[in-house]
Amino acid sequence: MSEQPPMIRVEGLRKQFGDFLAVAGISFEVAQGEILGFLGPNGAGKSTTIRMLCGLLKPTAGRIHIDGVDVAADPDALRKRIGYMSQKFSLYQDLTVRENLRFYGGVYGLRGAALESRIGYALEMSGLTAHPETLVSALAGGWKQRLALGCAILHRPRILFLDEPTSGVDPLSRRRFWDLIHDLSTEGVTILVSTHHMDEAQYCNRIALIDRGSIVALDTPGQLKRRSLGGELVRIECASPDRAMQALAALAQVRDVAVFGNSLHALVDNAADAAAAIVERLRTRGIAAARVTQIDATLEDVFVRLVSANHGPAGTGA
Amino acid sequence: MSEPGAEPSIRVAALTKRFGAVTAIDNVTFAVTSGELFGLIGPDGAGKTTVLRVLAGVMAADSGSVQVGGVDVVAYPEQVRARISYMPQRFGLYEDLTVDENIRFFADVFEVPRRVREERAARLLAASGMQRFRRHLAGQLSGGMKQKLGLTCALVHAPKVVLLDEPTTGVDPVSRREFWQILYGLRAEGAAIVISTAYLDEADRCDRLALMHSGGLPYCEAPDALRARMPGAMVEIPTPRARAAREALASVPGVRSVLMVGDGVHVHVDDARKALSDLERALAQQGIEHTGAREILPSIEDLFVALLGNAAAAGRKAGAS
Amino acid sequence: MRIRRVSAIALKELLQVWRDPRSLMLALLMPVMQMLLLGYGVNLDISHVPTCTYDEEGSQLSQALIARFQASRYFDLVAGLDSQRQIRHAMDGGLCKLVIVIPAGFSRQISEFHHASVQAIVDATDDNTATIATAYASAVVQGFSNEVQMRYEALRGGTVVAQPLAVQSRVWFNEDLDSRDFIIPGVVALVLALVGAQLTSLTIAREWERGTMELLLSTPVTPLEMMIGKLLPYFVIGLVDAGICLAFALLLFHVPFRGAFATLLLTTSLFLVVVLNIGYLLSVLIRNQLGASQIAMFVTIMPISLLSGYTFPIDQMPAAIRAVTYVIYARYFVTILKAVFLKGSGIGALWGPVSALILYDILVVWIAGRAFRKRIA
Repeated sequence: MSEQPPMIRVEGLRKQFGDFLAVAGISFEVAQGEILGFLGPNGAGKSTTIRMLCGLLKPTAGRIHIDGVDVAADPDALRKRIGYMSQKFSLYQDLTVRENLRFYGGVYGLRGAALESRIGYALEMSGLTAHPETLVSALAGGWKQRLALGCAILHRPRILFLDEPTSGVDPLSRRRFWDLIHDLSTEGVTILVSTHHMDEAQYCNRIALIDRGSIVALDTPGQLKRRSLGGELVRIECASPDRAMQALAALAQVRDVAVFGNSLHALVDNAADAAAAIVERLRTRGIAAARVTQIDATLEDVFVRLVSANHGPAGTGA
Repeated sequence: MSEPGAEPSIRVAALTKRFGAVTAIDNVTFAVTSGELFGLIGPDGAGKTTVLRVLAGVMAADSGSVQVGGVDVVAYPEQVRARISYMPQRFGLYEDLTVDENIRFFADVFEVPRRVREERAARLLAASGMQRFRRHLAGQLSGGMKQKLGLTCALVHAPKVVLLDEPTTGVDPVSRREFWQILYGLRAEGAAIVISTAYLDEADRCDRLALMHSGGLPYCEAPDALRARMPGAMVEIPTPRARAAREALASVPGVRSVLMVGDGVHVHVDDARKALSDLERALAQQGIEHTGAREILPSIEDLFVALLGNAAAAGRKAGAS
Repeated sequence: MRIRRVSAIALKELLQVWRDPRSLMLALLMPVMQMLLLGYGVNLDISHVPTCTYDEEGSQLSQALIARFQASRYFDLVAGLDSQRQIRHAMDGGLCKLVIVIPAGFSRQISEFHHASVQAIVDATDDNTATIATAYASAVVQGFSNEVQMRYEALRGGTVVAQPLAVQSRVWFNEDLDSRDFIIPGVVALVLALVGAQLTSLTIAREWERGTMELLLSTPVTPLEMMIGKLLPYFVIGLVDAGICLAFALLLFHVPFRGAFATLLLTTSLFLVVVLNIGYLLSVLIRNQLGASQIAMFVTIMPISLLSGYTFPIDQMPAAIRAVTYVIYARYFVTILKAVFLKGSGIGALWGPVSALILYDILVVWIAGRAFRKRIA
């Protein structure tokens, strides 16, 4: 992938709404066929960025090149190359599946046999081949979502923007949706997807962690989890976790500890070294039979770590 | 966590609620004890909000009974309302009032004495790092801060039962952690907490989980107990060629399913120990480069799909969406 | 009922109105604009009424009176008639809307009894014009008779001096403001009803629309506490608005105020309770701000402007319509206001309409206090 020019190249992109800096000068590149995830909370600037990339919103500053096209200079050339699916699927509830596809096909300028063949493809992809005459309002969430994806790719876009596409669908439908996304990516479609679901980011090839309009980290999920934490994570199972937390907060080997369900999660430099110290400290405080196991960090752990480092102690509010 | 035989704080029996032809809650039964953090987990439209609304007494059920602290919600709604605290999914505070004014309003409504209010508000605002914002209008706060303010208002009358409807949706991870730490403090003080979430990765933070699906509540256990129900095991194999790996592995004996993720595949197998070498071999045969396969803890999403996959596969609209 | 909860709701509501420019404008600017609009608008909509005269006497004095009518911009003299039959003819043929009949003994009446009686026959198919035309006609006659009176006194060698000017001005005032005196109290009622119902029609619907209602429902607030807490601030605002209306009536339109302020305060309060509860009830039932405020507008403007006796006198309505007016709560307040302003009546004299308002208060409070359901669906 590296010898090809990037499919998306963003340099110093900024967006200011009045006093509010929604996107604070971000730069990144996405290679052809890559799935890049924008992961961040509501209001972090994910949707604003995607809208600027699609040419729906004018940036305050910065440059965007998509498939070699300068978005600011040639928005029409851009539109033929991209597909966009927003968090609220813009499907017409009172039209049938086929009528929706035909409408969006028409919007993208498809006609005749080409349109029919693409509609056939979209129906098959979304698993709706048997229900082309069903009203959209009668479809369950997962099917609507796949249909919306079908509408977004009718014109064979080379780049697909998905703005929180899986909000509110059940886990199985979500997995099917991601299967489709991976298929598209294998076919060479470049995909940029935004989400606030930490666990959904695992489906992306690379993740950009977004916080208050900035990218705080950009890497593969595995690398982020391994490298960004700066330590190892252990789970401590014991009685009365609230008391145990107080006991461990002052322990030298423990850099951070918090209650997590019935247990504690602690950040330590070295899991094996810390385990013994933790068990010993708890025993002296009358909490026996503690079990310490090393666990994988989650993207949330990584996010909290990086964001806290980004803002300093005052910014975390902790 | 409560004494054996103690009356549960919340007791829900055979609860059913329909909206026209749609059954939003289908014969749901569960109990939550004091000092327990109970999670209602499921996708949108599974019926979580409806359950919480009925518990909060803002929506009437069609049949079944709900008792809070031994008091029937239908017969004595006001008695129940004075003991509970409910945080709806949509931000329920007044955006044109300041943080302090909102807290004061809810304290007055629950007749919290002034001094108690001051002390509690100060403590709760400190726990969520919001003392500096007391004079800000609620509408000017960020999403995470709004939710923390919502929690502060909800807790200002020291309720014994706390009902929270997707309080962490869209909230930044740092605020989300603070939010959960406040909940753990509350749990330690003996409150019964019911929280709903669409984030499956939050499930592990609860003492007990109810997986909600299409208005039903088929599983209701501690996260570890629920995980033990997972048939087989999950194996993670990092590889840059996820799709090829999936095709190569799908037909390996003992493989139930293969899921493509961003940097590899997750393979659901009958037996991790037996499968590991088979999987490595299958990949090697196809020349698919990969780094070490290893068993991983199944996620709640894995669990959800494995346990409810067949039911969820029904494509027609089953629950409210 | 807990006072603490009621006051919490009331305080919150007041803060919200204070911080919302739209509500504040509705509360304070709308009465000002409506007083100006309706106060002036109503007055200017009649002039140049086609008028015939039937001068039975034909004296200098009677011609002088006719000249007065001629000089007024409110009347256009179209013909002088010669017989009673012609009056009927002129009316039916649409020649005129008003006939001034000056009786044969006009001059003698004035000189002997200091009191003249002139007959005004009016075409009441247009009720509004008819009422106002009659009022103007009597003002013209009144002014004329005053002037005649003065001259007569002067002729008798009395104190002429500076008097005429003062009298003149009084005549002029009367002539111009007679209809306003009559209309403005009604305008006050209409404005209070409109603004009051508008304000409260938003209050519950706003909570539904903004999503704050669901949380409020889960608190121990009772329907009665909700109603009282929600209406209290608007009651205060309503009284402020009443003050604004009163100031306009007295200072701008110079309507005489002969009654007691206490009577006005008490009856205005009774009226506000009805109006605020109607808006509140609509808000509870409709749950969206636009719908509730539009219906509030509809149920206040239409019946009040048509059937309260504010512009169209109730005693000139057909019996069936007149029966309907008894249902219009505003009719009692319009009656009260006119009596308090113009006649200076006290509560004792107004026991009829006052007790009607009290009955209405009991009814709307009873319904509105129960209307609010603490359920989403």
